[in-house]
Amino acid sequence: MNEKLKSVLYPAIAFVVLVTVWEMSIRIFKVPNFILPTPYAVLEALQRGYIEGLFWKHFFFTLQSMTFGYILGCTLAFMLGCLFAESRAVEQTLLPYVVALQSMPKVALAPLIIVWFGFGLESKVVMVALVCFFPMFINTAVGLKQTNPALLDLMHAFSASPWHILTRIKIPSAAGHIFAGLQIAVVLGLIGAVVAEFVSSTKGLGYLISAAAVNLETNTMFAALISLAVLGVAGSLSIRFLHSRIVFWDKGSASQTAATE
Amino acid sequence: MTDSIFSADNLAVTYSSSRGPVTALEGLSATLGQGEFLSVLGPSGCGKSTLLKVVSGLLKPSGGSVTLRGTPITGPRPDVGIVFQQPTLLPWQTTLENVLLPIRTLGLDLEAGRAKALELLKLVGLAKFSSHYPGELSGGMQQRVGIARGLIHDPALLLMDEPFAALDAMTREHMMMELQRIWMAAGKSVMFITHSIPEAVFLSDRIVVLSARPGRTIREFEVDLPRPRTLETMAEKPFAEHCNALRALFTDLVKFD
Repeated sequence: MNEKLKSVLYPAIAFVVLVTVWEMSIRIFKVPNFILPTPYAVLEALQRGYIEGLFWKHFFFTLQSMTFGYILGCTLAFMLGCLFAESRAVEQTLLPYVVALQSMPKVALAPLIIVWFGFGLESKVVMVALVCFFPMFINTAVGLKQTNPALLDLMHAFSASPWHILTRIKIPSAAGHIFAGLQIAVVLGLIGAVVAEFVSSTKGLGYLISAAAVNLETNTMFAALISLAVLGVAGSLSIRFLHSRIVFWDKGSASQTAATE
Repeated sequence: MTDSIFSADNLAVTYSSSRGPVTALEGLSATLGQGEFLSVLGPSGCGKSTLLKVVSGLLKPSGGSVTLRGTPITGPRPDVGIVFQQPTLLPWQTTLENVLLPIRTLGLDLEAGRAKALELLKLVGLAKFSSHYPGELSGGMQQRVGIARGLIHDPALLLMDEPFAALDAMTREHMMMELQRIWMAAGKSVMFITHSIPEAVFLSDRIVVLSARPGRTIREFEVDLPRPRTLETMAEKPFAEHCNALRALFTDLVKFD
């Protein structure tokens, strides 16, 4: 049996076992539905949500805040990371604040962000951008600083301009680090989106979970959790795909970032 | 010997380290004639790499001067080509793009550069590999790309910093022959930094011998073996005599320590 088939078959077997154990334990231990729904009830909730269409607006709301926030946060982090690595003065000025902000749990800012940016999409985007910012920023700055000194000597000896060195040498050299940052930001961004929705929202998968919790609709909660997992996995996989395509010269680094999650 | 195009006069380099000032070079003098192949030979830690940095304009000397074509070297210059110890190619660019790098950084004509690059790749025997990436080339091939890159902008002086040190012994011998052929075809003045005695004797017109740190010129050797030199040359008596003379010099140096 080849490896590719195994990598599909083994998880499939594990899935069947898991669902069976789940179903059996509910029957044997007589677990009430509001504590643990049956696999069928979850499937039903998913079906209802996505076929009758109630879930879509929540799904797209979270997807939207995630996408906008991710792009905003990662772009700003990338630009500031470049500035940070290029200018000693900027680094000296900002370093203490970066360290202070980085060690603070960003989700604790969620209530404040709701106060500042309202209950709608804006506050969710800002929250996602904020949590995406740091891993991307640190990885960009560290990656740029780890450029092979021999390459830098070479470029200086060939009279290359600082802009040329940054765009053509340092950024490609740091690409592995930058993609690792993008990968971590996907997972953290999703956390940010859900937390902001928990705090205050009328839409989104996070809202769906907290609203269902009030009514003890655990099957809806499970369905929303599965939707979030799908979003996270899809995001991670797209970043990994881009990584292996763009950083084609460093075959090892794309698979390594999977371990940093 | 024709007119000298390069000279180092009483060169000294001292830099500060955590253990206080370190003198890397002291009283180093050398000249290089037009089209000449000069080797700088010295024990490890004689400041060979410091010398390379000074000549390439990456490091300012603390004393003395280096002059290329009548003007002192004060910074990186377009008329110097460099081949590093490691090939230091950009892994995300093709062989051709790597060779073109100095053309881009110096803002020279790209079209003419491309034609020149293809010509040079042919000269170094890599005509078929212009669209390969460095990761697809062997160590020897990568270093040949490095040589083509050092020559692309037609520099007056080609600096080579132990370019074969990272290669295995067989590739190394082959590359020595190749370099001689390329040098004879391109007619460049070369300053070749090495710590291998046979390599220096095989390739050079003249050898400058440096002492251990701080590096200073202690002897100059003429190598008058006829060209082109071949693998047979290395088995002949005059070649061995040159090597022995240099080796004896180093044995004396170690005694003085």
